[in-house]
Amino acid sequence: MSGQRQNELRTAARRVRGLGAARSGTKDFWHQRVTSVAGIPLTIALIVIVIALLGRSHAAVVQILGSPLVAVIMLLFILNSVYHMWIGMQEIILDYVHEDKSKFLSLMANTFFVIAVGLACAFAILKLSFGV
Amino acid sequence: MVEITLPKNSKVVEGKTWPRTSHATNLTEFKIYRWNPDDGENPHVDTYYVDRDDCGPMVLDALIWIKNNVDPTLTFRRSCREGVCGSCAMNIDGTNTLACTKAIDDNKTPLKIYPLPHQPVVKDLVPDLKNFYAQYASIEPWLHTVTPKPEKEWKQSHEDRAKLDGMYECILCACCSTSCPSYWWNSDRYLGPAALLQANRWVQDSRDEATGERLDNLEDPFRLYRCHTIMNCSKACPKGLNPAKEIATLKKTLVDRQV
Repeated sequence: MSGQRQNELRTAARRVRGLGAARSGTKDFWHQRVTSVAGIPLTIALIVIVIALLGRSHAAVVQILGSPLVAVIMLLFILNSVYHMWIGMQEIILDYVHEDKSKFLSLMANTFFVIAVGLACAFAILKLSFGV
Repeated sequence: MVEITLPKNSKVVEGKTWPRTSHATNLTEFKIYRWNPDDGENPHVDTYYVDRDDCGPMVLDALIWIKNNVDPTLTFRRSCREGVCGSCAMNIDGTNTLACTKAIDDNKTPLKIYPLPHQPVVKDLVPDLKNFYAQYASIEPWLHTVTPKPEKEWKQSHEDRAKLDGMYECILCACCSTSCPSYWWNSDRYLGPAALLQANRWVQDSRDEATGERLDNLEDPFRLYRCHTIMNCSKACPKGLNPAKEIATLKKTLVDRQV
């Protein structure tokens, strides 16, 4: 229990009621389910694309990944995955990291990491697509 | 952070082996957690031998036999001895359950008995459930209405009454909540399966007129959403209830009012 020592003099009711309900969490819960469902066809599509790329030359790979349909599927996969990953990692941090400073640092690091990874992946696909 | 190891003064050490009673031939070995707040010693596991020819079939019978015949200082809670009061909830052979409804022969021997996990211990097998009861009180487990009281009872259809089956039977023994890893790590903010099952019992009650307010008070990343459907609660429940399903119903109800 975090902050147990300073809480010893408080009543159990005070500790349980705490700061009240945050009135949030349902959106993350729902979006986690939506991105899970979306992940099924997108992951299957990704596997099909990767199999199709096996053994091809660099030029052919660039051409396939840059084609509009494949590029859009890849971008959807990236967006869906990083959002799912962001919520999931946030849940794990809330479960296990209780001390304020490390909690806020981990939550921020999670956000920065997800945005950086997502943007880098998306940029790679866009670069192939637009050929610049 | 999560506590992976116990603090030094909570480390459980090997305890005393109590003598066997004379003449007994049919013995079962019990290893029982002991801790006394007054002697300043670490918790220890004592060994007892129970004369099965002189003792009833349930684990609670064995505990009472030990207290009467071997060691009167062994401390535990018990009352109804038939699975109605929830007092004798403890960790038996690795599972939280009621000592009074668990048969001795349904466990591995030596039979290990510990208090409910991850709660402060008052003495021996008696956990401090203050926080657990405060969480139950916080969901306000009584009928809330704005309509003036009817002359007789608040009426309810048979179908609506049936919706409370699987929830009203909960005896608040705390077996489910104290078996839940999320509750171990976050019991200061997460309400736990027992309180959430009870919360759903009132959210689903057709006579209650404060459903929205009840949901408002549950909608919280910690109070409700620390449940990750681990299902230890449903596995542990000695009454055969399914708290994980009731928590899922709560989450679905919260989604329903948004989309």
